[in-house]
Amino acid sequence: MCGIVGLFLKDKSLEPKLGAMLSEMLVSLSDRGPDSAGIAIYGAPAKNEAKITIQSAKPARDFPGLDAELAKAIGVPVSIAVKSTHAVVRTTPDKIDEAREAIQTLRPDIRIMGAGDVVEIYKEVGLPEAVVDRFDVRKMTGTHGIGHTRMATESAVTTMGAHPFSTGADQCLVHNGSLSNHNNVRRELIREGMKFETENDTEVAAAYLSSQMAHGKNLGEALEGTLSDLDGFFTFVVGTKNGFGVVRDPIACKPAVMAETDQYVAFGSEYRALTKLPGIDNARVWEPEPATVYFWEH
Amino acid sequence: MPATKLSKAAASDHASRVFDLDVSSLRELNQALHNLTPGSNETAWEVLHPKGSHSVAVGVDQPVSIDVRGSVGYYCGGMNSGSTIIVHGSAGPGVGENMMSGSITIKGDASQYAGATGKGGLLVIEGNASSRCGISMKGIDIVVHGNIGHMSAFMAQSGNLVVLGDAGDALGDSIYEARLFVRGKVDSLGADCIAKEMRPEHLELLQGLLDRAGVTGVKPSEFKRYGSARTLYNFNIDNADAY
Repeated sequence: MCGIVGLFLKDKSLEPKLGAMLSEMLVSLSDRGPDSAGIAIYGAPAKNEAKITIQSAKPARDFPGLDAELAKAIGVPVSIAVKSTHAVVRTTPDKIDEAREAIQTLRPDIRIMGAGDVVEIYKEVGLPEAVVDRFDVRKMTGTHGIGHTRMATESAVTTMGAHPFSTGADQCLVHNGSLSNHNNVRRELIREGMKFETENDTEVAAAYLSSQMAHGKNLGEALEGTLSDLDGFFTFVVGTKNGFGVVRDPIACKPAVMAETDQYVAFGSEYRALTKLPGIDNARVWEPEPATVYFWEH
Repeated sequence: MPATKLSKAAASDHASRVFDLDVSSLRELNQALHNLTPGSNETAWEVLHPKGSHSVAVGVDQPVSIDVRGSVGYYCGGMNSGSTIIVHGSAGPGVGENMMSGSITIKGDASQYAGATGKGGLLVIEGNASSRCGISMKGIDIVVHGNIGHMSAFMAQSGNLVVLGDAGDALGDSIYEARLFVRGKVDSLGADCIAKEMRPEHLELLQGLLDRAGVTGVKPSEFKRYGSARTLYNFNIDNADAY
Protein backbone atom coordinates (compact mmCIF):
# COMPACT_ATOMS: atom_id res chain seq x y z
CA MET A 1 0.00 0.00 0.00
CA CYS A 2 1.98 3.02 1.34
CA GLY A 3 0.41 6.38 2.03
CA ILE A 4 1.46 9.69 0.54
CA VAL A 5 0.55 13.25 1.38
CA GLY A 6 1.58 16.59 -0.03
CA LEU A 7 0.61 20.17 0.71
CA PHE A 8 1.52 23.24 -1.31
CA LEU A 9 0.40 26.49 0.27
CA LYS A 10 -0.73 29.48 -1.75
CA ASP A 11 -1.89 31.49 1.27
CA LYS A 12 1.02 32.79 3.34
CA SER A 13 -1.12 32.99 6.46
CA LEU A 14 -1.16 29.17 6.59
CA GLU A 15 2.64 28.87 6.54
CA PRO A 16 3.00 28.74 10.35
CA LYS A 17 0.67 25.72 10.33
CA LEU A 18 2.32 23.73 7.53
CA GLY A 19 3.97 21.18 9.83
CA ALA A 20 0.79 20.65 11.84
CA MET A 21 -1.39 20.26 8.76
CA LEU A 22 1.00 17.89 7.00
CA SER A 23 1.48 15.83 10.20
CA GLU A 24 -2.28 15.47 10.60
CA MET A 25 -2.61 14.34 7.00
CA LEU A 26 0.15 11.76 7.33
CA VAL A 27 -1.01 10.34 10.66
CA SER A 28 -4.48 9.77 9.18
CA LEU A 29 -2.94 7.34 6.68
CA SER A 30 -0.89 5.34 9.24
CA ASP A 31 -2.60 2.05 8.41
CA ARG A 32 -1.44 2.27 4.81
CA GLY A 33 2.12 1.58 5.92
CA PRO A 34 3.55 0.63 9.32
CA ASP A 35 7.22 0.29 8.45
CA SER A 36 8.61 3.78 8.34
CA ALA A 37 7.55 7.35 7.82
CA GLY A 38 9.13 10.55 6.65
CA ILE A 39 8.45 14.13 5.88
CA ALA A 40 10.15 16.89 3.88
CA ILE A 41 9.39 20.49 4.70
CA TYR A 42 10.33 23.49 2.62
CA GLY A 43 10.89 26.39 4.99
CA ALA A 44 11.62 30.04 4.43
CA PRO A 45 14.95 30.78 2.74
CA ALA A 46 17.52 32.54 4.91
CA LYS A 47 20.01 34.94 3.41
CA ASN A 48 23.35 33.38 2.50
CA GLU A 49 22.45 30.12 4.18
CA ALA A 50 22.01 26.56 2.98
CA LYS A 51 21.38 23.46 5.03
CA ILE A 52 22.07 19.75 5.15
CA THR A 53 19.84 17.38 7.10
CA ILE A 54 21.92 14.57 8.57
CA GLN A 55 21.05 11.43 10.52
CA SER A 56 22.95 9.20 12.88
CA ALA A 57 22.01 6.01 14.68
CA LYS A 58 24.26 7.29 17.49
CA PRO A 59 23.47 11.01 17.76
CA ALA A 60 25.12 11.39 21.19
CA ARG A 61 28.40 10.19 19.73
CA ASP A 62 28.26 11.81 16.28
CA PHE A 63 26.71 15.26 16.70
CA PRO A 64 28.58 16.95 19.61
CA GLY A 65 31.46 19.05 18.39
CA LEU A 66 30.68 18.44 14.74
CA ASP A 67 29.93 22.14 14.11
CA ALA A 68 33.36 23.26 15.27
CA GLU A 69 35.16 20.50 13.39
CA LEU A 70 33.19 21.25 10.23
CA ALA A 71 33.82 24.98 10.49
CA LYS A 72 37.51 24.28 10.78
CA ALA A 73 37.44 21.90 7.81
CA ILE A 74 35.60 24.21 5.40
CA GLY A 75 36.72 27.58 6.73
CA VAL A 76 33.32 29.21 7.26
CA PRO A 77 30.93 29.30 10.24
CA VAL A 78 28.70 26.26 10.72
CA SER A 79 25.75 25.74 13.06
CA ILE A 80 24.02 22.53 14.03
CA ALA A 81 20.48 22.12 15.36
CA VAL A 82 19.93 18.60 16.71
CA LYS A 83 16.52 16.92 16.69
CA SER A 84 16.63 13.36 18.01
CA THR A 85 18.51 11.21 15.46
CA HIS A 86 18.61 14.05 12.92
CA ALA A 87 20.40 17.37 12.82
CA VAL A 88 20.29 20.33 10.48
CA VAL A 89 23.69 21.73 9.55
CA ARG A 90 23.64 25.33 8.36
CA THR A 91 26.44 27.03 6.47
CA THR A 92 26.98 29.26 3.44
CA PRO A 93 25.56 27.99 0.12
CA ASP A 94 28.93 28.02 -1.67
CA LYS A 95 30.34 25.57 0.89
CA ILE A 96 27.54 23.01 0.83
CA ASP A 97 29.33 20.41 -1.30
CA GLU A 98 32.50 20.77 0.74
CA ALA A 99 30.50 20.44 3.94
CA ARG A 100 28.87 17.22 2.68
CA GLU A 101 32.27 15.70 1.95
CA ALA A 102 33.72 16.88 5.26
CA ILE A 103 30.80 15.36 7.20
CA GLN A 104 31.42 11.99 5.58
CA THR A 105 35.11 12.19 6.41
CA LEU A 106 34.68 13.42 9.99
CA ARG A 107 31.76 11.10 10.86
CA PRO A 108 31.60 8.16 8.42
CA ASP A 109 28.46 6.74 10.06
CA ILE A 110 26.37 9.85 9.46
CA ARG A 111 23.82 9.61 6.66
CA ILE A 112 22.79 12.60 4.61
CA MET A 113 19.02 12.87 4.26
CA GLY A 114 19.00 15.85 1.93
CA ALA A 115 20.42 19.28 1.30
CA GLY A 116 19.45 22.59 -0.21
CA ASP A 117 18.56 26.17 0.55
CA VAL A 118 15.24 25.44 2.21
CA VAL A 119 14.45 21.72 2.58
CA GLU A 120 14.67 19.69 5.77
CA ILE A 121 13.99 15.94 5.71
CA TYR A 122 13.13 13.75 8.68
CA LYS A 123 12.56 10.03 8.32
CA GLU A 124 12.77 7.00 10.55
CA VAL A 125 11.48 3.49 11.03
CA GLY A 126 8.13 3.55 12.83
CA LEU A 127 4.62 4.90 12.50
CA PRO A 128 3.91 8.49 11.39
CA GLU A 129 2.73 9.53 14.86
CA ALA A 130 6.05 8.47 16.40
CA VAL A 131 8.06 10.11 13.64
CA VAL A 132 6.26 13.47 13.71
CA ASP A 133 6.45 13.54 17.53
CA ARG A 134 10.12 12.64 17.56
CA PHE A 135 11.06 15.49 15.24
CA ASP A 136 8.45 17.96 16.45
CA VAL A 137 7.19 18.29 12.88
CA ARG A 138 3.89 19.85 14.00
CA LYS A 139 5.74 23.02 15.02
CA MET A 140 7.52 23.41 11.69
CA THR A 141 6.64 26.24 9.35
CA GLY A 142 7.05 26.41 5.62
CA THR A 143 5.63 26.88 2.16
CA HIS A 144 5.12 23.27 1.09
CA GLY A 145 5.96 19.73 2.07
CA ILE A 146 5.49 16.05 1.32
CA GLY A 147 5.19 12.98 3.54
CA HIS A 148 5.12 9.21 3.30
CA THR A 149 4.20 6.21 5.40
CA ARG A 150 5.79 3.07 4.04
CA MET A 151 4.75 -0.53 3.54
CA ALA A 152 8.09 -1.92 2.41
CA THR A 153 8.18 -3.98 -0.78
CA GLU A 154 11.33 -3.33 -2.77
CA SER A 155 14.01 -2.92 -0.10
CA ALA A 156 14.80 -3.25 3.58
CA VAL A 157 12.98 -1.57 6.43
CA THR A 158 15.67 0.91 7.43
CA THR A 159 15.96 4.64 7.95
CA MET A 160 17.58 5.02 4.55
CA GLY A 161 14.85 2.94 2.92
CA ALA A 162 12.21 5.37 4.19
CA HIS A 163 10.83 8.12 1.98
CA PRO A 164 11.19 10.95 1.01
CA PHE A 165 14.22 10.31 -1.17
CA SER A 166 16.34 13.30 -1.99
CA THR A 167 18.93 13.16 -4.75
CA GLY A 168 19.39 16.81 -5.65
CA ALA A 169 19.45 20.18 -3.91
CA ASP A 170 16.00 20.92 -2.50
CA GLN A 171 14.54 18.04 -4.52
CA CYS A 172 12.69 15.11 -3.03
CA LEU A 173 10.15 12.50 -3.93
CA VAL A 174 7.67 10.11 -2.30
CA HIS A 175 6.27 7.10 -4.11
CA ASN A 176 3.42 4.67 -3.85
CA GLY A 177 3.95 1.63 -6.06
CA SER A 178 6.86 -0.40 -7.32
CA LEU A 179 9.13 0.03 -10.31
CA SER A 180 10.14 -2.94 -12.42
CA ASN A 181 13.04 -1.43 -14.37
CA HIS A 182 14.79 0.32 -11.51
CA ASN A 183 17.97 -1.73 -11.74
CA ASN A 184 18.49 -0.81 -15.35
CA VAL A 185 17.71 2.86 -14.82
CA ARG A 186 20.03 2.88 -11.80
CA ARG A 187 22.87 1.50 -13.93
CA GLU A 188 22.33 4.22 -16.53
CA LEU A 189 22.23 6.94 -13.89
CA ILE A 190 25.39 5.61 -12.22
CA ARG A 191 27.10 5.84 -15.61
CA GLU A 192 26.05 9.51 -15.64
CA GLY A 193 27.71 9.99 -12.26
CA MET A 194 24.71 9.81 -9.91
CA LYS A 195 25.32 8.17 -6.52
CA PHE A 196 22.92 5.79 -4.74
CA GLU A 197 22.66 4.94 -1.07
CA THR A 198 20.11 2.09 -1.17
CA GLU A 199 18.68 -0.71 -3.30
CA ASN A 200 15.34 1.07 -3.21
CA ASP A 201 13.34 1.59 -6.43
CA THR A 202 12.10 4.98 -5.26
CA GLU A 203 15.60 6.33 -4.89
CA VAL A 204 16.00 5.60 -8.61
CA ALA A 205 12.90 7.62 -9.43
CA ALA A 206 14.20 10.53 -7.36
CA ALA A 207 17.60 10.33 -9.04
CA TYR A 208 15.95 10.09 -12.46
CA LEU A 209 14.10 13.37 -11.84
CA SER A 210 17.23 15.05 -10.46
CA SER A 211 19.14 13.97 -13.55
CA GLN A 212 16.44 15.26 -15.90
CA MET A 213 16.33 18.60 -14.11
CA ALA A 214 20.13 18.80 -14.09
CA HIS A 215 19.86 18.51 -17.88
CA GLY A 216 17.76 21.66 -17.92
CA LYS A 217 14.22 20.28 -17.84
CA ASN A 218 11.70 21.92 -15.58
CA LEU A 219 9.77 19.87 -13.03
CA GLY A 220 6.83 19.32 -15.37
CA GLU A 221 9.04 18.10 -18.20
CA ALA A 222 11.00 15.84 -15.87
CA LEU A 223 7.79 14.29 -14.56
CA GLU A 224 6.60 13.78 -18.14
CA GLY A 225 9.74 11.71 -18.74
CA THR A 226 8.84 9.23 -15.99
CA LEU A 227 5.90 8.08 -18.12
CA SER A 228 8.14 6.76 -20.86
CA ASP A 229 11.33 5.92 -18.95
CA LEU A 230 10.09 4.31 -15.73
CA ASP A 231 8.22 1.02 -15.89
CA GLY A 232 5.92 -0.19 -13.13
CA PHE A 233 3.28 1.19 -10.83
CA PHE A 234 3.64 4.63 -9.42
CA THR A 235 2.04 7.64 -7.95
CA PHE A 236 4.82 10.17 -7.40
CA VAL A 237 4.56 13.35 -5.38
CA VAL A 238 7.57 15.60 -5.79
CA GLY A 239 8.88 18.74 -4.15
CA THR A 240 11.41 21.24 -5.48
CA LYS A 241 12.62 24.52 -3.99
CA ASN A 242 9.53 26.35 -5.22
CA GLY A 243 7.43 23.61 -6.81
CA PHE A 244 5.14 20.71 -6.18
CA GLY A 245 4.28 18.00 -8.71
CA VAL A 246 2.18 14.86 -9.06
CA VAL A 247 2.14 12.11 -11.68
CA ARG A 248 0.55 8.66 -11.92
CA ASP A 249 1.50 5.87 -14.32
CA PRO A 250 -0.86 5.06 -17.23
CA ILE A 251 -2.48 2.13 -15.39
CA ALA A 252 -3.07 4.32 -12.31
CA CYS A 253 -4.05 1.61 -9.87
CA LYS A 254 -2.34 3.35 -6.96
CA PRO A 255 -4.88 5.63 -5.32
CA ALA A 256 -4.66 9.42 -5.41
CA VAL A 257 -6.95 12.29 -4.62
CA MET A 258 -6.26 15.99 -4.83
CA ALA A 259 -7.93 19.12 -3.52
CA GLU A 260 -7.42 22.73 -4.47
CA THR A 261 -8.69 25.94 -2.90
CA ASP A 262 -7.49 29.55 -3.06
CA GLN A 263 -5.34 28.69 -0.05
CA TYR A 264 -3.61 25.44 -1.03
CA VAL A 265 -3.17 22.41 -3.24
CA ALA A 266 -3.26 19.15 -1.31
CA PHE A 267 -2.57 15.54 -2.22
CA GLY A 268 -3.53 12.37 -0.34
CA SER A 269 -3.56 8.67 -1.13
CA GLU A 270 -7.07 8.76 0.27
CA TYR A 271 -9.68 11.43 0.86
CA ARG A 272 -9.56 10.94 4.63
CA ALA A 273 -6.09 12.56 4.62
CA LEU A 274 -7.72 15.77 3.41
CA THR A 275 -10.79 15.92 5.65
CA LYS A 276 -9.28 18.24 8.27
CA LEU A 277 -7.92 20.84 5.85
CA PRO A 278 -9.56 24.27 6.05
CA GLY A 279 -12.37 24.79 3.55
CA ILE A 280 -12.20 21.21 2.28
CA ASP A 281 -15.98 21.00 1.94
CA ASN A 282 -15.88 23.67 -0.74
CA ALA A 283 -12.57 22.65 -2.32
CA ARG A 284 -12.28 21.33 -5.86
CA VAL A 285 -11.59 17.66 -5.21
CA TRP A 286 -10.53 15.35 -8.02
CA GLU A 287 -8.69 12.16 -8.82
CA PRO A 288 -5.59 12.89 -10.91
CA GLU A 289 -5.83 11.34 -14.37
CA PRO A 290 -3.44 8.55 -15.34
CA ALA A 291 -0.32 9.55 -17.31
CA THR A 292 -0.99 13.22 -16.63
CA VAL A 293 1.46 15.62 -15.03
CA TYR A 294 0.22 18.16 -12.49
CA PHE A 295 2.53 20.76 -11.04
CA TRP A 296 2.49 24.09 -9.30
CA GLU A 297 5.25 26.61 -8.66
CA HIS A 298 5.51 29.63 -6.40
CA MET B 1 -26.80 17.51 -14.95
CA PRO B 2 -30.35 16.07 -15.14
CA ALA B 3 -32.48 16.30 -12.01
CA THR B 4 -33.12 13.04 -10.20
CA LYS B 5 -36.06 11.64 -8.32
CA LEU B 6 -33.71 10.15 -5.76
CA SER B 7 -32.39 13.52 -4.68
CA LYS B 8 -35.93 14.66 -3.95
CA ALA B 9 -36.63 11.51 -1.99
CA ALA B 10 -33.51 12.08 0.10
CA ALA B 11 -34.72 15.49 1.14
CA SER B 12 -37.84 14.11 2.79
CA ASP B 13 -37.55 14.21 6.55
CA HIS B 14 -38.25 11.29 8.86
CA ALA B 15 -37.08 10.10 12.22
CA SER B 16 -34.00 7.98 11.77
CA ARG B 17 -31.39 6.24 13.83
CA VAL B 18 -28.35 8.49 13.74
CA PHE B 19 -24.73 7.32 13.97
CA ASP B 20 -22.19 10.10 14.32
CA LEU B 21 -18.80 8.63 13.45
CA ASP B 22 -17.15 11.42 15.46
CA VAL B 23 -18.73 9.75 18.49
CA SER B 24 -19.41 6.13 17.57
CA SER B 25 -16.99 3.75 15.94
CA LEU B 26 -17.44 2.33 12.48
CA ARG B 27 -17.56 -1.14 14.09
CA GLU B 28 -20.56 -0.05 16.18
CA LEU B 29 -22.36 1.28 13.12
CA ASN B 30 -21.80 -1.82 11.02
CA GLN B 31 -22.61 -4.16 13.93
CA ALA B 32 -25.89 -2.35 14.54
CA LEU B 33 -26.74 -2.68 10.86
CA HIS B 34 -25.81 -6.37 10.88
CA ASN B 35 -27.98 -6.93 13.96
CA LEU B 36 -31.10 -5.89 12.02
CA THR B 37 -33.61 -8.68 11.61
CA PRO B 38 -36.44 -8.98 9.09
CA GLY B 39 -39.40 -6.76 9.98
CA SER B 40 -37.38 -4.36 12.13
CA ASN B 41 -38.91 -0.93 12.57
CA GLU B 42 -35.52 0.72 12.34
CA THR B 43 -35.78 1.33 8.63
CA ALA B 44 -34.14 4.76 8.40
CA TRP B 45 -30.49 5.31 9.28
CA GLU B 46 -28.27 8.32 9.08
CA VAL B 47 -24.48 8.38 9.27
CA LEU B 48 -22.77 11.66 10.15
CA HIS B 49 -19.14 12.71 9.74
CA PRO B 50 -17.89 9.71 7.74
CA LYS B 51 -14.76 11.74 6.82
CA GLY B 52 -13.56 9.26 4.25
CA SER B 53 -13.91 6.19 6.51
CA HIS B 54 -13.57 2.80 4.89
CA SER B 55 -16.29 0.11 4.77
CA VAL B 56 -19.22 2.32 5.78
CA ALA B 57 -22.44 0.22 5.75
CA VAL B 58 -20.79 -2.88 4.35
CA GLY B 59 -22.73 -6.15 4.35
CA VAL B 60 -26.21 -4.78 5.12
CA ASP B 61 -28.83 -7.41 4.33
CA GLN B 62 -32.13 -5.77 5.31
CA PRO B 63 -34.31 -3.36 3.29
CA VAL B 64 -33.43 -0.20 5.22
CA SER B 65 -32.45 3.24 3.97
CA ILE B 66 -29.08 4.69 4.98
CA ASP B 67 -28.17 8.32 4.36
CA VAL B 68 -24.45 9.00 4.68
CA ARG B 69 -23.79 12.73 5.14
CA GLY B 70 -20.32 13.29 3.71
CA SER B 71 -17.65 11.50 1.73
CA VAL B 72 -16.64 7.88 2.31
CA GLY B 73 -13.46 5.88 1.71
CA TYR B 74 -13.04 2.37 0.37
CA TYR B 75 -15.81 -0.20 -0.17
CA CYS B 76 -18.87 1.74 1.01
CA GLY B 77 -21.97 -0.44 0.72
CA GLY B 78 -19.97 -3.49 -0.29
CA MET B 79 -22.01 -6.72 -0.55
CA ASN B 80 -25.19 -4.69 -0.08
CA SER B 81 -28.27 -6.88 -0.09
CA GLY B 82 -31.53 -4.98 -0.26
CA SER B 83 -30.71 -1.69 1.45
CA THR B 84 -30.97 1.77 -0.09
CA ILE B 85 -27.77 3.71 0.57
CA ILE B 86 -27.34 7.36 -0.39
CA VAL B 87 -23.94 8.98 0.02
CA HIS B 88 -24.30 12.76 0.17
CA GLY B 89 -20.70 13.25 -0.86
CA SER B 90 -18.11 11.34 -2.86
CA ALA B 91 -17.02 7.71 -2.57
CA GLY B 92 -13.58 6.15 -2.55
CA PRO B 93 -12.44 3.01 -4.37
CA GLY B 94 -14.70 -0.03 -4.59
CA VAL B 95 -18.07 1.49 -3.73
CA GLY B 96 -20.78 -1.19 -3.92
CA GLU B 97 -18.26 -3.93 -4.59
CA ASN B 98 -20.06 -7.26 -4.93
CA MET B 99 -23.50 -5.71 -4.36
CA MET B 100 -26.29 -8.32 -4.51
CA SER B 101 -29.45 -6.17 -4.52
CA GLY B 102 -30.85 -2.86 -3.32
CA SER B 103 -29.37 0.43 -4.44
CA ILE B 104 -26.50 2.80 -3.76
CA THR B 105 -26.53 6.42 -4.91
CA ILE B 106 -23.43 8.61 -4.81
CA LYS B 107 -24.26 12.31 -5.00
CA GLY B 108 -20.67 13.25 -5.80
CA ASP B 109 -17.94 11.36 -7.64
CA ALA B 110 -16.80 7.77 -7.24
CA SER B 111 -13.21 6.56 -7.30
CA GLN B 112 -11.82 3.43 -8.95
CA TYR B 113 -13.67 0.13 -9.54
CA ALA B 114 -17.15 1.31 -8.56
CA GLY B 115 -19.58 -1.62 -8.54
CA ALA B 116 -16.85 -4.19 -9.13
CA THR B 117 -18.10 -7.80 -9.35
CA GLY B 118 -21.64 -6.65 -8.43
CA LYS B 119 -24.23 -9.38 -8.89
CA GLY B 120 -27.39 -7.26 -8.68
CA GLY B 121 -28.99 -4.04 -7.53
CA LEU B 122 -28.53 -0.54 -8.85
CA LEU B 123 -25.52 1.75 -8.39
CA VAL B 124 -26.09 5.38 -9.37
CA ILE B 125 -23.19 7.83 -9.49
CA GLU B 126 -24.44 11.38 -9.98
CA GLY B 127 -20.95 12.76 -10.59
CA ASN B 128 -18.08 11.06 -12.42
CA ALA B 129 -16.68 7.59 -11.87
CA SER B 130 -13.00 6.80 -12.20
CA SER B 131 -11.13 3.94 -13.85
CA ARG B 132 -12.38 0.34 -13.91
CA CYS B 133 -16.00 1.25 -13.21
CA GLY B 134 -18.00 -1.99 -13.32
CA ILE B 135 -14.94 -4.22 -13.59
CA SER B 136 -16.07 -7.87 -13.70
CA MET B 137 -19.71 -6.85 -13.16
CA LYS B 138 -21.93 -9.91 -12.87
CA GLY B 139 -25.47 -8.61 -13.05
CA ILE B 140 -25.39 -5.21 -11.37
CA ASP B 141 -26.86 -2.15 -13.10
CA ILE B 142 -24.67 0.95 -12.95
CA VAL B 143 -25.78 4.41 -14.07
CA VAL B 144 -23.19 7.19 -14.14
CA HIS B 145 -24.39 10.73 -14.81
CA GLY B 146 -20.92 12.01 -15.64
CA ASN B 147 -17.87 10.34 -17.18
CA ILE B 148 -16.08 7.08 -16.46
CA GLY B 149 -12.35 6.37 -16.56
CA HIS B 150 -10.19 3.87 -18.42
CA MET B 151 -10.65 0.08 -18.41
CA SER B 152 -14.26 0.30 -17.33
CA ALA B 153 -16.38 -2.87 -17.59
CA PHE B 154 -13.17 -4.91 -17.95
CA MET B 155 -14.20 -8.59 -18.15
CA ALA B 156 -17.81 -7.61 -17.47
CA GLN B 157 -19.99 -10.70 -17.42
CA SER B 158 -23.57 -9.55 -17.00
CA GLY B 159 -25.64 -6.47 -16.18
CA ASN B 160 -25.85 -2.98 -17.62
CA LEU B 161 -23.52 0.00 -17.48
CA VAL B 162 -25.09 3.32 -18.50
CA VAL B 163 -22.88 6.38 -18.92
CA LEU B 164 -24.39 9.76 -19.67
CA GLY B 165 -20.99 11.35 -20.25
CA ASP B 166 -17.81 10.01 -21.83
CA ALA B 167 -15.82 6.80 -21.36
CA GLY B 168 -12.01 6.53 -21.11
CA ASP B 169 -9.66 4.13 -22.89
CA ALA B 170 -10.23 0.40 -23.32
CA LEU B 171 -13.91 0.34 -22.52
CA GLY B 172 -15.17 -3.22 -22.09
CA ASP B 173 -11.81 -4.91 -22.49
CA SER B 174 -12.31 -8.70 -22.70
CA ILE B 175 -16.01 -8.25 -22.06
CA TYR B 176 -18.26 -11.32 -21.84
CA GLU B 177 -21.95 -10.44 -21.91
CA ALA B 178 -22.75 -7.15 -20.16
CA ARG B 179 -24.44 -4.29 -22.06
CA LEU B 180 -22.72 -0.92 -22.12
CA PHE B 181 -24.63 2.24 -23.07
CA VAL B 182 -22.59 5.41 -23.53
CA ARG B 183 -24.06 8.78 -24.49
CA GLY B 184 -20.80 10.67 -24.98
CA LYS B 185 -17.55 9.76 -26.69
CA VAL B 186 -15.53 6.64 -25.99
CA ASP B 187 -11.75 7.14 -26.05
CA SER B 188 -11.16 3.57 -27.23
CA LEU B 189 -12.70 0.11 -27.04
CA GLY B 190 -10.84 -2.75 -25.38
CA ALA B 191 -10.22 -6.21 -26.85
CA ASP B 192 -13.37 -7.89 -28.14
CA CYS B 193 -15.65 -4.92 -27.34
CA ILE B 194 -17.62 -3.54 -30.29
CA ALA B 195 -20.38 -1.03 -30.98
CA LYS B 196 -23.69 -2.78 -31.42
CA GLU B 197 -27.07 -1.98 -32.90
CA MET B 198 -29.69 -0.36 -30.61
CA ARG B 199 -32.74 -2.50 -31.15
CA PRO B 200 -36.17 -1.65 -29.68
CA GLU B 201 -35.64 -3.97 -26.73
CA HIS B 202 -32.44 -2.10 -25.84
CA LEU B 203 -34.16 1.28 -26.02
CA GLU B 204 -36.84 -0.09 -23.73
CA LEU B 205 -34.29 -1.59 -21.32
CA LEU B 206 -32.31 1.66 -21.23
CA GLN B 207 -35.44 3.76 -20.62
CA GLY B 208 -36.21 1.51 -17.65
CA LEU B 209 -32.69 1.99 -16.25
CA LEU B 210 -32.83 5.76 -16.69
CA ASP B 211 -36.20 5.82 -14.94
CA ARG B 212 -34.94 3.71 -12.04
CA ALA B 213 -31.90 5.97 -11.68
CA GLY B 214 -34.11 9.05 -11.66
CA VAL B 215 -32.64 10.48 -14.84
CA THR B 216 -34.95 12.80 -16.74
CA GLY B 217 -34.55 14.82 -19.90
CA VAL B 218 -32.35 12.23 -21.58
CA LYS B 219 -33.54 9.97 -24.41
CA PRO B 220 -32.33 6.36 -24.88
CA SER B 221 -31.78 7.13 -28.56
CA GLU B 222 -28.93 9.48 -27.56
CA PHE B 223 -26.84 6.47 -26.47
CA LYS B 224 -24.69 3.99 -28.32
CA ARG B 225 -24.59 0.38 -27.24
CA TYR B 226 -21.38 -1.62 -26.86
CA GLY B 227 -20.89 -5.26 -26.06
CA SER B 228 -18.93 -8.41 -26.72
CA ALA B 229 -17.91 -9.52 -30.22
CA ARG B 230 -17.54 -12.99 -28.63
CA THR B 231 -14.35 -13.75 -30.50
CA LEU B 232 -12.49 -14.58 -27.28
CA TYR B 233 -15.00 -17.23 -26.24
CA ASN B 234 -13.18 -20.12 -27.87
CA PHE B 235 -9.56 -20.90 -28.41
CA ASN B 236 -8.57 -20.10 -31.99
CA ILE B 237 -5.82 -22.34 -33.36
CA ASP B 238 -4.54 -19.44 -35.50
CA ASN B 239 -3.52 -17.70 -32.27
CA ALA B 240 -1.54 -20.67 -30.96
CA ASP B 241 1.77 -18.89 -31.59
CA ALA B 242 0.75 -16.12 -29.23
CA TYR B 243 0.72 -18.45 -26.22
